[in-house]
Amino acid sequence: MANKNTTSSKLRAALNTLIFPIISIIIAMFIAVFFVMWAEGENFFTATVTLFQAIWEGSFGTSFSIIETLVFVTPLLFTGLANAVAFKTGLFNIGVEGQFIMGIFAAAAVGLIPGIPAFIHVPLVLISGMLIGALWAAIPGFLKAKVGTNEVINTIMMNFIAMFFVNYMIMGPLNAPGKATTPLIQDSAKLWRFLGETNRVNVGLFIGLLLVALVYILLWKTTIGYELRAVGLNPHAAEYGGISIKKNIILAMAISGAIAGLGGAVHVAGIQYQAIQLFGFTGFGFDGIAVALLGKSHPVGVLLSAILFGALNSSSLNLQLANIPKDIVYLIQAIIIIFVAADYIYKWIGEKRKKEAMING
Amino acid sequence: MKMKKAIALVLSTALISSVFAGCAKKGGEQGGTQPKANVKIGMVTDQGGLGDKSFNDSAYEGLKRIEKDFGVKPDVLQSKQQENYEPNLTQLGQRDDLTFAIGFLMEGSLKNVAQKMPDKKFAIIDAVVDLPNVMSITFKEEEGSFLMGVIAGKMTQTNKVGFIGGIDMPLIQKFEAGFAAGVKAVNPQAAEGLMNRKTVKYAGSFTDSNKGYELAKALYNDGCDVIYHASGAVGLGLFKAAKEMKKWAIGVDQDQAETAPDFKDVILSSMIKRVDVGTYTASKNLIEGNFKAGHMVLGLKEDGVGYAPSTKNNTPAEVIAVVDKYAQAIKDGKIVVPEKIEDVKNFTAPEVK
Amino acid sequence: MQKVVEMKGITKVFPGVKANDDVNFELLKGEIHVLLGENGAGKTTLMNILYGLYQPDAGEIYVNGQKVNIKSPGDAIKLGIGMVHQHFMLVHNFTVAENIVLGSEPKKGIKIDMQKAIKDTKELADRYGFKIDPNAVIEDITVGQQQKVEILKALYRGADILILDEPTAVLTPQEIEELGVILKNLVKEGKSIILITHKLKEVMAMSDRVTIVRRGKVIDTVYTKDTNIDELAEMMVGRKVNLVVQKDEAKPGKVVLKVENISALDHRKLPALKGVNLEVRAGEIVGIAGVDGNGQTELIEVITGLRKPTEGRVYINDKDVTGKTPRDIIEAGVGHIPEDRHKRGLVLKYSLYENAVLGNHYKLPFAKGIMMNYNKIKEYARKLIDEFDVRTPNEEVFASALSGGNQQKFIAAREINKDPELIIAAQPTRGIDVGAIEYIHKRLVEERDKGRAILLVSLELDEILALSDRIAVIYDGQIVDILDAKSATEHELGILMAGGTLKKQA
Repeated sequence: MANKNTTSSKLRAALNTLIFPIISIIIAMFIAVFFVMWAEGENFFTATVTLFQAIWEGSFGTSFSIIETLVFVTPLLFTGLANAVAFKTGLFNIGVEGQFIMGIFAAAAVGLIPGIPAFIHVPLVLISGMLIGALWAAIPGFLKAKVGTNEVINTIMMNFIAMFFVNYMIMGPLNAPGKATTPLIQDSAKLWRFLGETNRVNVGLFIGLLLVALVYILLWKTTIGYELRAVGLNPHAAEYGGISIKKNIILAMAISGAIAGLGGAVHVAGIQYQAIQLFGFTGFGFDGIAVALLGKSHPVGVLLSAILFGALNSSSLNLQLANIPKDIVYLIQAIIIIFVAADYIYKWIGEKRKKEAMING
Repeated sequence: MKMKKAIALVLSTALISSVFAGCAKKGGEQGGTQPKANVKIGMVTDQGGLGDKSFNDSAYEGLKRIEKDFGVKPDVLQSKQQENYEPNLTQLGQRDDLTFAIGFLMEGSLKNVAQKMPDKKFAIIDAVVDLPNVMSITFKEEEGSFLMGVIAGKMTQTNKVGFIGGIDMPLIQKFEAGFAAGVKAVNPQAAEGLMNRKTVKYAGSFTDSNKGYELAKALYNDGCDVIYHASGAVGLGLFKAAKEMKKWAIGVDQDQAETAPDFKDVILSSMIKRVDVGTYTASKNLIEGNFKAGHMVLGLKEDGVGYAPSTKNNTPAEVIAVVDKYAQAIKDGKIVVPEKIEDVKNFTAPEVK
Repeated sequence: MQKVVEMKGITKVFPGVKANDDVNFELLKGEIHVLLGENGAGKTTLMNILYGLYQPDAGEIYVNGQKVNIKSPGDAIKLGIGMVHQHFMLVHNFTVAENIVLGSEPKKGIKIDMQKAIKDTKELADRYGFKIDPNAVIEDITVGQQQKVEILKALYRGADILILDEPTAVLTPQEIEELGVILKNLVKEGKSIILITHKLKEVMAMSDRVTIVRRGKVIDTVYTKDTNIDELAEMMVGRKVNLVVQKDEAKPGKVVLKVENISALDHRKLPALKGVNLEVRAGEIVGIAGVDGNGQTELIEVITGLRKPTEGRVYINDKDVTGKTPRDIIEAGVGHIPEDRHKRGLVLKYSLYENAVLGNHYKLPFAKGIMMNYNKIKEYARKLIDEFDVRTPNEEVFASALSGGNQQKFIAAREINKDPELIIAAQPTRGIDVGAIEYIHKRLVEERDKGRAILLVSLELDEILALSDRIAVIYDGQIVDILDAKSATEHELGILMAGGTLKKQA
């Protein structure tokens, strides 16, 4: 009886968390429809059909588009999870982008080493990405813990350092002569493309899915996760409970960075096979923030929103062919983010007012 | 003068077809399409996208001319990030007979896609992909830059000229080398700073116009009075600095006196790179059934590079006359412009009459 | 007599809480009217509605017979309503006069006319019998004085109706008496006063009428002269209450906690503790009395490892734990009921079972290696809930879903079940209902009798007097005196708390 109650209340709680993201997605789609009407001069019905058809076909309509959607989902899984771990600890790791880039670099460099059998080389590539990502994130984590500097600003700066450093390496020591890339990595360092060499989807996707489960276990089944979440929810209480805030800030950043770096390494070992000169940020780290926000920083939520964002990204191609500006995709993403952020702010204010009401009673 | 230019144009256009024949690989696959206008052509832009007033727009320009001349409407897919290259190329590869990859960044992606679809045709700008169904289109930027060097060498009064590059890499070094050689041909003293790279700056970016502004100010303060750039949007910073300090600047890729009209008073000339010629010719060949895979190099002779029409606004006619003479010498093969900076030191231009 | 305020059928709902339920309230001209109720009864919410901080979901408000719609404190001030909040809203590095005129400064051209501000302040203070220096800086004056500044500020803005929210919470007994005099003066000048409180003694001493609020509803409005403390308590709580704590003589044993010459800084890096010495023995309750902000918080934080002292040592069972981490100190045998249960004591968005192991979540049987054993943890949480009679649907709900009293019982359960040798109870009954207070008091005495050492910190003198065996008075970061609880009087403690000394007869 009591058990039944708790499951139904849990279900209701889950539904409550889901309702806002879903509504914001629907509203975003509607606004997008109006833009299509405006841009294309179509009526509401045809615009809706055109838009949804283009998005559906461009993301799941053909085997090609499903594969490409999965190609986009994979890095977003990593960056989304990386952001989620940081969020859960009350940190804003804007540096996932930079950690992802460092992962790209590490994999592109380690992947060049010749003469290693694949069963060693692939793990080596992935681990090097994780380590460098962890290090890259631990630096701002350390600075926050020890000196109290803001991790947002530091991670943003670290992003730029990562980008310029990696570009330097690509154009300098690791340059493939005459190209704006590093040489292709060894075959032994590549992740298996299980649908054939010409289809870019690869086992990196499964590594990402595995990570969804691992992050869930980490956050909710281990003492590490207990401490991380406690620090995120109420650092004062955590400190009171003998949980070191400093240690956990550094740890959370390192875990977040390791996941991001692993994502970068998977991207090289599975998709790009080389590091290509960056003319700007890859965007996966920043999209990962949105993915984590929309997914409420829950691994399963991250999975779902990574699929949504991946699908939107890969459908941008089809939209262009349907003469809908690809920017509609960004519009949809942006509106979703605005709504989700508004939800957070609303909840935060509500929380504050409730707290006031409780204190003043 | 005008007459001469017109003749040069006619000549080079006439030459193009023979050049392609020469460039085509022996035994390369024959263009299978019949001379008909119902082929489909597409292009994939890089992150710059349409409206970049540069590279992608120029490539599109060529395809729009194709549309006008042959009624073939091009498909255009714009890429948001590097990861879009491959699906975009794949998608167009499936739809179209010929797909252009605009920019050297797409080299790896195009290689994969072209291998996947051996029965479709592809073309890439600024990179070489050695596959039987890919035409690689590159430009002799050093030749166009040489002409800019001639202008700079003639126009400098301080005998010091500067160069701002985007990212220090072989493609951009071709601009630098050609420019330095051109300066050296007419004003060896002014070429000193370029050859020892003291007046050469790289922004490390193609987009950071603030960096361009800073670098340009530093160079002007250092005594340079003419600066040439090959740095995309970074050059906008150069123009701003030039305007503030009342010095000369030289543009790149397109006629920047027209694309950046605010700065037309300080732009001596622009090295134009006719990506449109590349896309137009390749498309036309396909339509006419003459598409050949292989490497097409477009230089002065092919009208693939040159100086902007607006040059006459700020550059005296006698300087342009000298430029034309050098251009002719290059076309005639009397001058071989170096592509690499280390070769500039040993370069000496023969007397040009 | 004329009704200056009339509130009819006021209802206000917060997410999950009906703070006010069809409340009727009236204030007559020239009366001191107490709004009495336990914490969470909805007193402050009602007054915040009157002051325009909240909008009611239903109901009407009349001021001087006119129906009004108060949308903001600005509207309230225009209607002559002033409010002095529990937490003062003063600018600390401004002078008294500057604070008083802030927001309605007298101007000379575009410049603030400071001379006039000082003159106005002086006149106002003299008229109502306040002794205050207009040029003193806020951070240099006592809390009692700051409260006067708040009252003056409301008067300066033309308030005829004055709302005071828990005005005595921060005052010494002497200051409370002084406040009583001030309020009488104000009433004589024709002001009407609403006093929010949960302290029965003050109600009897200060008010003309009392409105009793319980769980968002008005129970009754009575004339003070017609009632007594027991009756008020019964109306406030809803049942008969036993306000006296039963306890036997203490049997102190060995020294468990020894604090030696401790100095520490507060969060603003100003000295908060200046050489504190204190001992707590097994089997005794030592109470620390003092006005808020005299170093109590810092002292507890130093003992529990949450704050590093600049000087001095802390020993637990003769083991030096100075500067150790909170975890080390928990392991040394310290249980701590923190003064702010929302800030320190609970992770509100954690379930009860997750909160149940805060502090020993990493130990067997709750965790093995890094994997937590949630079955054991839930079992343990259920045990705490049963043992301390925590009212909750189950152990899965967020800690935030519980009432303050149940939260506090849960924390007490957790800390006592750690089987500590020293229990630090900081404000263990702040803001909780009388039933929970009774229970926690009883448990603390029981734990004492089991031979645990208990350090009690409270701002409520009654609580200190009721529970302690010895009373240490803290003032300005020092323990100024330690009294035997059996002989100590409220008056003596009041003098010490205000920084005075007792001339002891030999």
